[in-house]
Amino acid sequence: MDPIKNKIQSTSKETRQDIIGKILSYSCIALIVIVVLSIFAFVASKGLATFIVNKASISDFLFGTNWNPIATDKAGNPLLGALPMITGSFGVTILAVIFAAPFAIGTALYMTEVASKKGEKLLQSVIELLVGIPSVVYGFIGLSVVVPFVRIHFGGSGYGILSGAFVLFVMVLPTVTSMTVDSLRAVPRYYKEASLALGATKWQTIYKVLLRSATSGILTAIIFGMARAFGEALAVQMVIGNAAIMPKGLLAPASTLTSVLTMGIGNTVMGTVGNNALWSLALMLLLMSLIFNIIVRFIGRKGRM
Amino acid sequence: MKTKLQNNIAITVIRIIAALVVLILAFLLGDILISGVPHISWHFLTAPSQSFTSGGGIGVQLFNSIYLLILTLIISFPISLGAGIFLSEYAPKNFFTATVRMAIEVLSSLPSVVVGLFGFLLFVVQMDMGFSILSGAIALTFFNLPLLTRNIEESLRSVPDLQREAGLALGLSKWKTVTKIILPEALPGIITGVVLGAGRVFGEAAALIYTAGQSATNINFGNWNPFNSTSPLNLMRPAETLAVHIWKINSEGVMPDAAAVSAGSSAVLIIAVLIFNFSARLIGNRLYRKLTATK
Repeated sequence: MDPIKNKIQSTSKETRQDIIGKILSYSCIALIVIVVLSIFAFVASKGLATFIVNKASISDFLFGTNWNPIATDKAGNPLLGALPMITGSFGVTILAVIFAAPFAIGTALYMTEVASKKGEKLLQSVIELLVGIPSVVYGFIGLSVVVPFVRIHFGGSGYGILSGAFVLFVMVLPTVTSMTVDSLRAVPRYYKEASLALGATKWQTIYKVLLRSATSGILTAIIFGMARAFGEALAVQMVIGNAAIMPKGLLAPASTLTSVLTMGIGNTVMGTVGNNALWSLALMLLLMSLIFNIIVRFIGRKGRM
Repeated sequence: MKTKLQNNIAITVIRIIAALVVLILAFLLGDILISGVPHISWHFLTAPSQSFTSGGGIGVQLFNSIYLLILTLIISFPISLGAGIFLSEYAPKNFFTATVRMAIEVLSSLPSVVVGLFGFLLFVVQMDMGFSILSGAIALTFFNLPLLTRNIEESLRSVPDLQREAGLALGLSKWKTVTKIILPEALPGIITGVVLGAGRVFGEAAALIYTAGQSATNINFGNWNPFNSTSPLNLMRPAETLAVHIWKINSEGVMPDAAAVSAGSSAVLIIAVLIFNFSARLIGNRLYRKLTATK
């Protein structure tokens, strides 16, 4: 054999290195995709068992108000009305975002338009620290500060949707703020300059130009905040009172999907109706997070046009 | 004059809102530290916890948190490094890449309690590993992967293409270019991301309640054989972390000094997070200076 021919035709050391590298990086990414798929597959198979194996009806599950998986109604069907939890979850989420949005937008405007370099840096660190505080610590502060505060100033036991919303407000604030800052920064500079050159004041520029052209970005930020609030478990569970009944107002004890899950999974036996019903709640959480994702994508696509 | 007045009012309102946000943080930190720091003592940090009597510490929980964090980083860093390299260097522009990106986005927005329940179902129940440090570390890996991957991808992407072209022009393989040229330059960003992620993992509790468990078994710090069930290094023992401990004593704790213990633990947790935050910035800056020879 001709050594030169041999050398040219065989794969070089570099090619082999590259193949190994490709295999490594492809397998890492494949692993992540497999993890995501199996999360969906496992939770779905468990969550759907309530409806397939235990024959609960989906509409009873979504709109029933009586959650008591151990008991059965007259027809012998388990009482699996998840509406109280669904209401609780949406209640705290929406309320928290209503509190957080003005604060987040105001802070973001301060950082991008009003503050000096120093003020901007300060706020940046504040936001980073707020993100860093663990959720159990938020829950603990909720328990030791927010609950007594609500009890004294609003009445009731202090446990309830309002306290949950107050805690979540602080938790979603940094998420919404930093994403709003990003979308305000993405507004082309000349928009602002054109507006100022026309003699508009700073506020007119903010209100008529910046906020309008950053609308889709701000909406995305708010949806992300909602997703985070919806999925938050421990901090809410600690302050909401954990009563799986239809909430009678913002001050009455309630429960959320996540709070029932964290309390319940350990106290039920695998494979029973009660346990399967909890997995159905987990499946709902999963689907909601998927829906939030889809909404974000939808807004992003609209904003680009 | 009306628009001027409007302008001034609006800007003032914006300033007040920003000041309120700063005040909220100051209040939170102040509240935790003032109520918690007086409880921190050497005894508190090292003694085992008590279930029914006062005077318990958080020694075991603190060790578990740190051990779990290290394990999580050992598992998640290589995987997210590979995935990050794929996304920034190899990913073709096609349907597969788009799907992968979406999968990572979905994973990062999943509620951590769902990730924990999945870990519970797969590792604790199906694979019969029981509540164990290993199940907890894998669940935390799922939680950490998307953030770390995205961070590594962004850090790699911020390296100019010139470097890649130079490497390839010298006859290096693409893989060698990435690992020997691009990766070192992206390292400061990556390290910052890893340390910030470590802070998040350290405080995570929802994913751990049903994977690493809620009980701190007695461990014997004189026994470092990882296969012994009382050894601190044993992977299969249940391990309550600091964050889970705070949650547990607040929802079902019966010891008389529960409030003091949770205040102290919260303060420790916050101090740890602050250390992670500051060291992330410090290490990032220092590495950047060292590797790029800028001042």
